[in-house]
Amino acid sequence: MENLIEISELRKSFGPLVAVDGVSLQIRRGEVLGFLGPNGAGKSTTMKMITGFIAPTSGSVRVCGHDVATDPIAAKRCIGYLPEGAPAYGEMTPADFLDFIADIRELRGAQKEARIREIVGKIHLEHVMNQTIDTLSKGFKRRVGLAQAILHDPQVLVLDEPTDGLDPNQKHEVRSLIGEMAPNKAIVISTHILEEVDALCTRTAIIARGRLLFSGTPTELEARSRYHNAVTLTVAAAQFDAVSAALSALPAVSTVEARGAGATRRQLTVIPRDGQAIIETVQQTGRASGWAFDELYVESGHLDEVFRTITTTAGNAGEVTRT
Amino acid sequence: MSRIGTLFAREFRGYFATPVAYVFIVIFLFLTGLFTFYMGGFYERSQADLEPFFRYHPWLYMLLIPAISMRLWSEERKSGTIELLMTLPVSLLEVVLGKFLAAWAFTAIALALTFPIWVTANYLGNPDNTVIAAGYLGSLLMAGGFLAIGACISALTKNQVIAFVVSFVICFAFNLSGFPLVLDFFRGWAPQAIVDVIGSFSFLTHFTSIQKGVIDLRDIIYFATLIAFWLYANMLAIEAKKSS
Repeated sequence: MENLIEISELRKSFGPLVAVDGVSLQIRRGEVLGFLGPNGAGKSTTMKMITGFIAPTSGSVRVCGHDVATDPIAAKRCIGYLPEGAPAYGEMTPADFLDFIADIRELRGAQKEARIREIVGKIHLEHVMNQTIDTLSKGFKRRVGLAQAILHDPQVLVLDEPTDGLDPNQKHEVRSLIGEMAPNKAIVISTHILEEVDALCTRTAIIARGRLLFSGTPTELEARSRYHNAVTLTVAAAQFDAVSAALSALPAVSTVEARGAGATRRQLTVIPRDGQAIIETVQQTGRASGWAFDELYVESGHLDEVFRTITTTAGNAGEVTRT
Repeated sequence: MSRIGTLFAREFRGYFATPVAYVFIVIFLFLTGLFTFYMGGFYERSQADLEPFFRYHPWLYMLLIPAISMRLWSEERKSGTIELLMTLPVSLLEVVLGKFLAAWAFTAIALALTFPIWVTANYLGNPDNTVIAAGYLGSLLMAGGFLAIGACISALTKNQVIAFVVSFVICFAFNLSGFPLVLDFFRGWAPQAIVDVIGSFSFLTHFTSIQKGVIDLRDIIYFATLIAFWLYANMLAIEAKKSS
């Protein structure tokens, strides 16, 4: 599959401040790339350079084969972009606004009507079409922004925090919408919400202090967690100390952490050494000792913990991890 | 070209979506009437021409045009829509022209709505209508000049009040650049040639000659160049400031 977005050695500095520092990424058709990073990490700046809003200090971006710096109009034609905060002209109604976007995107006549109707139906804007955007709730404003971005069925979709400010139902809707479009497009989303990466993305890129620190699948990201392949189990409170001691003694186990404490039941997480699979060993030990587990499951890894580790420590090494 | 049309239409309708347009038109018509009849002595002069009407246009525009132009870019920058606009498949020149032309068309409408005064002059006497047409042309060109200045200043700030005040001061300076008030400021340190150039920048001088019915190509070129210069500065300002 071809690369729809090619970013090479992208760098942007604002005076002495380096916002983006040598980011290189390729995004293929069918991929959903989740951009993760703390606030001010350079996510939005990178997106602004992909979409041609700001020019990079050095490096280049090609979208659908068009260089954003030398052929901006052609590149912008195949991008749909939802900027941070979903800005829209407040004094316009969604109907007028989408009509304007359709005109600029060179949709004409019956095709334009059909396309607007389709998107409005998909995003559920029917009931607010004739209300000014200023009077809409945050959720609706965001949906208007999303409608604007996908109106011309772009090959490349860049969404800066598409689900920010939406309620759980709306989040779910937007995610399934993105999932639906994913096979035919290259999609870049930025988010603070780690679960979103799991739910939506085929690949994640972690960026902090302007540097790309990780690029790989969400599963690979989880595999870096110390909780990867850890086993969490619930036992009777009376047995807790015995279980804890026995499991700690196993060679494959690194540590045992106590979690939520109850009066009669206690939960503990068994963390393996070097991420090896320990579920078998734990079960065997349990059977041999005759413990009754109320609950027993394997953890895939804690994204938030990996995220913290990568963004707070790995920056010093400055190494891009590719997998 | 059609993209300029689309941008123009959106911008133009924007004026009428808020009370801005109506307030502007009403105040403009009220003040032109006031100046023409009271300060200009339209009746007392007993002359069938619109000189007392056009005489005050530079001063009215100086005050009212910055009120139109202040929101052109400040608003886009403040609300973040500039990011949306500049990532659509349009060039910067198209956006700058679309916005400027919409604002200009809007002032043209306000100016056209002063037609009762032309009707009055024709009812009361036999004015030279070609001179009046020249007056309207000059007035429109001058409005374009003020608008181009205001658009550029608006691109430099997110704050509409600052955009208004700075545009007002620059428009004021352009109006008066042939007068000692402005020239003395330069005389002390600038060579005479520069002082002369500044003196020749006066909107008043160029407007007055057109308004008298003398359509000199140099006056037209003056306004056209001035508009082009400020719109070019507008583009540079957007490039420099859009992301901050």
